[in-house]
Amino acid sequence: MKAQVNGTFRDLADGTSVAAVVSLVGAPSSGVAVALDGAVVPRALWEKTIVPDGGVVEVLTAVQGG
Amino acid sequence: MDDPLIIAGREFRSRLITGTGGAANLSVLERALVASGTELTTVAMRRVDAAGRTGVLELLRRLGIEVLPNTAGCRTSAEAVLTAQLAREALETNWVKLEVVFDEETLLPDPVELLDAAERLVADGFVVLPYTNDDPVLARKLEDVGCAAVMPLGSPIGTGLGIRNPHNIELITARAGVPVVLDAGIGTASDAALAMELGCSAVLLATAVTRAQDPERMGAAMRCAVEGGRLARLAGRIPRRFWAQASSPGL
Repeated sequence: MKAQVNGTFRDLADGTSVAAVVSLVGAPSSGVAVALDGAVVPRALWEKTIVPDGGVVEVLTAVQGG
Repeated sequence: MDDPLIIAGREFRSRLITGTGGAANLSVLERALVASGTELTTVAMRRVDAAGRTGVLELLRRLGIEVLPNTAGCRTSAEAVLTAQLAREALETNWVKLEVVFDEETLLPDPVELLDAAERLVADGFVVLPYTNDDPVLARKLEDVGCAAVMPLGSPIGTGLGIRNPHNIELITARAGVPVVLDAGIGTASDAALAMELGCSAVLLATAVTRAQDPERMGAAMRCAVEGGRLARLAGRIPRRFWAQASSPGL
């Protein structure tokens, strides 16, 4: 199935979790948050939240700014 | 003199909020932040990318500086609310510098979207510090919906044009029941001092320090300017006079 991860379409195995996507993009172990289809997925739910076909995942962290 | 800045019940010794944007690298940023004496500094939320633009959080943690996430880049209330919620999740803080800008050329706040986002975030339990226009009416409305401070611009972000409408800033500080933080447009130390003399409780700046020729020295200059301006405000300046008044006794 396909999902959009940080703006890029990716082929993911069925049943891929949010946690798997987070490690796929090489996110650091802390200071990271995830939105799936425009809603925050709390860290505690990353393992059990499955990315649906056509899902839009954003993995964000803090950078210099403001 | 004990004169802490208090926002939403939290005390800060420093009245300077130094943003992290614009620094050439983390080493320059570290020296500038330390010299500025800041205890609270802004960060932006962006996609994790292969370039690994991180390290700023570790730096702030090491320096013991609190993180204030912003919603820079957001154009609508909905975007800003989601970004704030992501920042809360990532950084474990319910504080947010709320920015909702209208266009790239001016980066001026969109007042309609800003007020809507502020109201939603307050309802969601956030401590909301909105970056706003130098508009006394909007500042009042932001306070009325529960913002913990109001942060009017001196001039557009990154311009270094200083405080273009000092009277508006004074109108805001005269009526505000929450701290007023002059945010954006500071170019040099005298601008920061003026903000404090106009009654602002603090100054937020980034570019003026991070893009100065010597960021560390400018950080120190801003620290002194904010302290000097605050002292002058508390001391009470003399009235302006048209004619001279001798300061030495007559002959």
